[in-house]
Amino acid sequence: MATGNGPWKLALPLALAQVLFFVAPLLLLVATSFATDENLRDWGMRGWRDALADSFHLQSVLNTMRLGALTVLATALLAVPLALVHMAAGPTLRRIILMAAVLPLLTSVVVRTFAWIVILGREGVINATLLGAGIITAPVALLQTEHGLILALTQIEMPLMLLPLLAALARIDPALLDASASLGGSLARTLWKVVLPMAMPGLVAGATLVFASASTAFISQGVIGGGRLNYLPALVWQQAMVVFDWPLAAALAITLMASVLMVAGALSLLGSRVRHA
Amino acid sequence: MHRYSGGDRLLVLLIVALAGIGFLILVGPVLVVLVTSFTSSRALRFPPPGLTLQWYRDLFDPVRSAQIHVAAGNSLLVAALTAIVSTALATAAALAIARSRAGWARLAEGGFMAPLVLPGIAFGLAALMFFSWLRLPPSLALLVAGHAMIAAPFALRTVGAAAAGLDPALEESSAALGAGPWRTFRRVTLPLIMPGVAAGAFLAFVSSLDNVPVSLFLASAQTDMLPIRLWGMMETALDVRVAAASGVLVAVAFILLLVMDRAVGLARRMSG
Repeated sequence: MATGNGPWKLALPLALAQVLFFVAPLLLLVATSFATDENLRDWGMRGWRDALADSFHLQSVLNTMRLGALTVLATALLAVPLALVHMAAGPTLRRIILMAAVLPLLTSVVVRTFAWIVILGREGVINATLLGAGIITAPVALLQTEHGLILALTQIEMPLMLLPLLAALARIDPALLDASASLGGSLARTLWKVVLPMAMPGLVAGATLVFASASTAFISQGVIGGGRLNYLPALVWQQAMVVFDWPLAAALAITLMASVLMVAGALSLLGSRVRHA
Repeated sequence: MHRYSGGDRLLVLLIVALAGIGFLILVGPVLVVLVTSFTSSRALRFPPPGLTLQWYRDLFDPVRSAQIHVAAGNSLLVAALTAIVSTALATAAALAIARSRAGWARLAEGGFMAPLVLPGIAFGLAALMFFSWLRLPPSLALLVAGHAMIAAPFALRTVGAAAAGLDPALEESSAALGAGPWRTFRRVTLPLIMPGVAAGAFLAFVSSLDNVPVSLFLASAQTDMLPIRLWGMMETALDVRVAAASGVLVAVAFILLLVMDRAVGLARRMSG
């Protein structure tokens, strides 16, 4: 195990496991999308035609991308200020914010989704508060709506945005901020010129993780979004487990995967351009 | 941190207000779940009309909640095995990457992290197709294999960070003093990277316990998993036992967070 003795050997077990249990299944997924049935007896484009020539499916793709994008915006809107406060705070407040970021991540997604049923329901926290304050006279529907779902996903996914941001901002030298301020830079200018470029890698990493996670959040989409909003993960599940049309399910799953990877690629490109601007 | 002008003060106010909302949204739902789990109502009214332990009694009732208990047992077993398998694989790989300055190491690290970004639903379906193509019936072992793929990147990240700080001179001196590779690993390397390994194993455990997309496709009636069972209870007639189960899961997560944070600085590692 000395340093010179081919360290790559130690990476082999994980690499082999990933090839066998991760890469091979994904290759089979691609093959199945070009098959006519789940036994791969015959090949054809039926799965892809059904997936892409159907306006209902295309609408679901757009809905899913929109949901991911809006969740990224909402989490960034709240996580960036929270990360800035964390940067400026003393050790106790810092610890509290860090714990608040980690705790939801450790409580099951099912639990977090359940919490939002209680909050958004007809007799839930929001309706009770608004009714009590006299702002509304009858309960408003929040479950089974897109904005209700985005609100819920904002909490469910926020740790994925906040943690990379905290890591990125931790690398900022406080002396840099003092220098900018003492040179007469306003706070807005310091944030824009000094903090934002440093925060960019965290923001890009967070946006990628949030987008990937929100667009594949099957349970939250189904339970909070409900049957009227159609997203790709539910379609994939229905076609695979209820209808048993595996070629179509595979084509839809690959569409979801390609959309997420395209957005991730675009984000990392954007990140590197901003840094070099 | 500085003295601000008028416009700056407005900006500070805006930042603090948004941060406050962010904090409330992060923590509030967890508290709402805890309070709801003690409700005396059959409906999910908030605030609850009264407080009881009824739902916890129902949840722990060995007859009425037998299916939940089986699912919870399966989930804990799979999570424990997933943590062991994925942490062992990730630790070896992290040491390989830390010891190599070659270009392949950076490339391999990127590849190893890929499961984090790939939509879980797509991988879950792919795993189902793969195992049924191999004519393997549903089993807990297959669930471990699937979960370990998703969990390994979490372990790789924390162990990788610990291994990167390792001084190669320590391992070299151990070898020079005649210790074999395994003895050097057990007595020198492992103790030094142990906090990273423990944090990684914990994150892998949690990621498996919480996994939905893979279990959705690989779990069956015989290998039911807790999140899938709770999802079923939420989808059909809303069962308030979900609130009690959520209460238990929140309490466990909170205790584990405090213990792991004290032991290995978990929170700091997760933001590093």
